[in-house]
Amino acid sequence: MKQFLFFFLFLATATTTLSAQKYFTRTGHISFSSDTPIEKIEATNDKATCVVDTEAGRMEFAVLIKAFAFEKALMQEHFNENYLESGKFPKATFKGSIENLAEIDFSADGTYPAKIKGEMTIHGVTQSLETEGSFVVKEGAISAAANFSVQTQDYGIEIPAVVRDNIAKEIMIDVAVDLEPLKTK
Amino acid sequence: MEACPFKTNAMFHQPARFLFLLLLVLILLPLSAQEDLLDLLGEEEPTVEFATASFKTNRVINLHSLESTAGGVFDFKIGHRFGFVSGGFGELFGLDQALIRIGGDYGITDRLTVGGGRSSFEKTYDGFLKYKLLRQSSGAKKMPVTVAFLASTAVKTLPFRNPDRENYVSSKFFYTYQLILGRKFSDGFSLQISPTLVHRNLVRLESEANDVLAIGTAGRIKLSKRIAINAEYIYVLPDQLAPGYRNSLSVGFDIETGGHVFQLHFTNSTSLVEKGFITETVGNWLDGDIHFGFNVSRVFTLRRKKG
Repeated sequence: MKQFLFFFLFLATATTTLSAQKYFTRTGHISFSSDTPIEKIEATNDKATCVVDTEAGRMEFAVLIKAFAFEKALMQEHFNENYLESGKFPKATFKGSIENLAEIDFSADGTYPAKIKGEMTIHGVTQSLETEGSFVVKEGAISAAANFSVQTQDYGIEIPAVVRDNIAKEIMIDVAVDLEPLKTK
Repeated sequence: MEACPFKTNAMFHQPARFLFLLLLVLILLPLSAQEDLLDLLGEEEPTVEFATASFKTNRVINLHSLESTAGGVFDFKIGHRFGFVSGGFGELFGLDQALIRIGGDYGITDRLTVGGGRSSFEKTYDGFLKYKLLRQSSGAKKMPVTVAFLASTAVKTLPFRNPDRENYVSSKFFYTYQLILGRKFSDGFSLQISPTLVHRNLVRLESEANDVLAIGTAGRIKLSKRIAINAEYIYVLPDQLAPGYRNSLSVGFDIETGGHVFQLHFTNSTSLVEKGFITETVGNWLDGDIHFGFNVSRVFTLRRKKG
């Protein structure tokens, strides 16, 4: 009886840790750029949080708006004050799922294209988002990357007439995360 | 030992119950963990959040605001004051006259700013150094106020009034020391108070103080994302100035457009440098001795931050 219980316990522990694999990072890289003939604006953030549940095929991202760094201080100030209103809406988030989870083997090294679908919230406005990205599995470590674009007006971000030629309507977003296994307590 | 014949049995039962519980927990754990993935990471480490953009630029109207010029940024400043509105139609309400200060500020770091300029009024050159001692912040480090220190020197280059007497070059120098304490109370409302000492090497009358103490107060209310209303009042402590000098009062708007800030205002002060608008203001608001004026600020990023 005792041996059986221990064996069962071992099995249960082994399967839970194996199956409920989650990976995370607190130093994910998210950058965006706006490109117009007059001005190119870029900002980067290396403090994005991300958790991926490789079993359920779910993923979540959260990023602090204030942590986006610009080359020009005034741009950063205006980005927070006038456009993203980071005082009111401190975070942008994404909650989504991996649509082609069956095609990705997280236990074998390789590069896997991924279809991601979910909901992104920026500036307090939630929009559905569908994009393609990739997972790279190498020696147990997983990294993921994607790039896509968003329309500023979809997220209720107003661009006044005077700077309409300086700021693109379509903003390119780049996401790259290196994930490590999450040890659930 | 013998008094307890079921000992081995009991020892078995205890861990068994424990193991069953553990098993249950382990089986249920992945089920309960379906909700919020990010919650699994637990509490985020709190970060320090500095209050930013308490004022649109580093001047309220005449007074220095608690803001500094960001590190690596050059802020080109043009200050312009027309004549007194009380000049009437003959002077086109002051528009016939123009006083101008051309200058620039540079942020050596985010906390240390240097600047200078030249005013047409009394042909004055001025230079200043401004350092942010404390920065208002919330989060991991809480600081209720921003405190900045300003030291400014002005040199009047007009010829001496009495060329016959012995004049010293030092007589043309003026020094201002100011502590700026302020707080951004909300996104739309900021307030600051600036205890000030103006030292004048030479004064006209014996009754005038060489060291003048004053307290400046200034506030801002945002009307929209890009327009704010500003006001400032400088109270000079009594019995320091000759009769006829008044406290400076200014009211104006800030209009921000991308890289520019336009400040349009009404003020009873003629000069644009500290020693002038604090100790030499003569205009009386009630008599219409008001200058219409504007400041234009245009920033250039000379040193880029590595993103």
